[in-house]
Amino acid sequence: MSNYDGQPHYELRCRECGRSWGNQPRSICDECFSPLEITYDYDAIRPSISRERIAQRPSNMWRYSELLPLPAGFEPRLPVGFTPLLQAPRLAEQLVRSMNDANSAAQNLYLKNDAVCLPTLSFKDRVVAVALAQAKAFGFDTVACSSTGNLANAVAAHAARLGLKAWIFIPSDLEPAKILGTQVFGANVVRIAGNYDQVNRLCSQIAEERRWGFVNVNLRPYYAEGSKTVGFEIAEQLGWRLPDNVVVPMAGGSLITKIKKAFDELTKLGLVEEKPVKFFGAQATGCSPISTAVKTGSAEIDPQKPATIARSLAIGNPADGHYAIKTIKQSGGWSEDVSDPEVIASIRLLAEAEGVFTETAGGVTVGTAGKLYRQDRILPEETTVLCITGNGLKTTDVLAGVYEAERPIAPKLAEFEKYLQQSLETLGVAKEAATVGA
Amino acid sequence: MAITVQIPTALRRHTAGVGSIACTATNLEELFSVLDEKFPELKPHLRDDAGQVRRFLNIYVNEEDIRFLGGPGYAFQEGDEVLLVPSIAGGTS
Repeated sequence: MSNYDGQPHYELRCRECGRSWGNQPRSICDECFSPLEITYDYDAIRPSISRERIAQRPSNMWRYSELLPLPAGFEPRLPVGFTPLLQAPRLAEQLVRSMNDANSAAQNLYLKNDAVCLPTLSFKDRVVAVALAQAKAFGFDTVACSSTGNLANAVAAHAARLGLKAWIFIPSDLEPAKILGTQVFGANVVRIAGNYDQVNRLCSQIAEERRWGFVNVNLRPYYAEGSKTVGFEIAEQLGWRLPDNVVVPMAGGSLITKIKKAFDELTKLGLVEEKPVKFFGAQATGCSPISTAVKTGSAEIDPQKPATIARSLAIGNPADGHYAIKTIKQSGGWSEDVSDPEVIASIRLLAEAEGVFTETAGGVTVGTAGKLYRQDRILPEETTVLCITGNGLKTTDVLAGVYEAERPIAPKLAEFEKYLQQSLETLGVAKEAATVGA
Repeated sequence: MAITVQIPTALRRHTAGVGSIACTATNLEELFSVLDEKFPELKPHLRDDAGQVRRFLNIYVNEEDIRFLGGPGYAFQEGDEVLLVPSIAGGTS
């Protein structure tokens, strides 16, 4: 599926000077030092792709193989992706300003729930699946990455599945669940006493010294393409139509640009009708270089030192920041950021309203969406998709102290009746206090 | 100030394979002048036509991003180690 007449239907090309680099583990153009991008021969792809053909394939991200840079003869080993697109009426009611708005928003708000993406419960499974397919094809026996956590989990798991050795470089202050969730797959975990940007810089240097497949360094152009499957799935799950708005959490800034690329490709191939889509970026205020640039009208990133509980988004010098700004501005979208207390409140809101337990990045997205509704940048009658990219079970530490430990009661009906009565009284008092407070 | 500069692999074909040089410079502008003189082919890869540091080139001094040290105006200290590191972006068309 990935070959046409024996030739790959994709290649690396410099996005600034246009030079072609074929297919190899490389992310930088030696001519002008600019990033490389995968480009496709869409004329070769067009005859083999249609809504009907895609619908007949298994429900995972490989159903879009023609639009992914996969090596010849690639056979998927994991059913990654095709996560649920959920309507979110109860969340919508909470995010908008009036009851009229709530009714409208309830019909039009969706969650793209990658908190349940397999195998490691974040959207990073998508990018790693593509990167490691190429790592095998390029003959690497060792893969590596710099990571804020979710990528670490994904590289470690996929490497185990494919029988590859893995070296994972992380900031030393990562959430314990994300560290454990990497070690359990047998990966070598290197904790660096520094922030992600320092880890990333170190990995750029290591990548020059060792013949390893660094998924977000020398394999990055292939890796990044995996993010497009979020966009393909949103369009297909909406009935082959594009939404009006997408709200996307931003760390390095790549995902938002790749969802746009996905929508553009579907349009180009006639799989969806052309439609303007606004892209909205979400960041934590404690690490908001991209949203700051958007709000101040700058085209360039002014790097920051991250200080936020949203560690998976804590990239102060986002590599794709420039492109993320461009994507947002050209679409007529916007970017906002939310404080750490707002992140926690938003995690709870999403869980209580829709039964979706997201990690801090999802809290950032939901909190940002609320701001965008209140600013009338997103209107209730518009189809809006919030990208929930990770699972709350990985960042339970941020909720420590939020909930009281329940006192145990004796296993007697009378004890329970007493307990229930007390609980209802406490709830009643709390409700009354909340009403008076409002 | 005596400093050392590490050249990334991607640029070493413009430095005849040299990966590290010791030189004297008081700031980034002077360092670039030294590099221009030593490796004329390197010049367009470090700065754009307007003379600005290229967008995808990160410059670190003793492992700190130079932008946190005051940017191009930073005054080099004796023994500083300067790293030129490509920024790894995915980009989009």
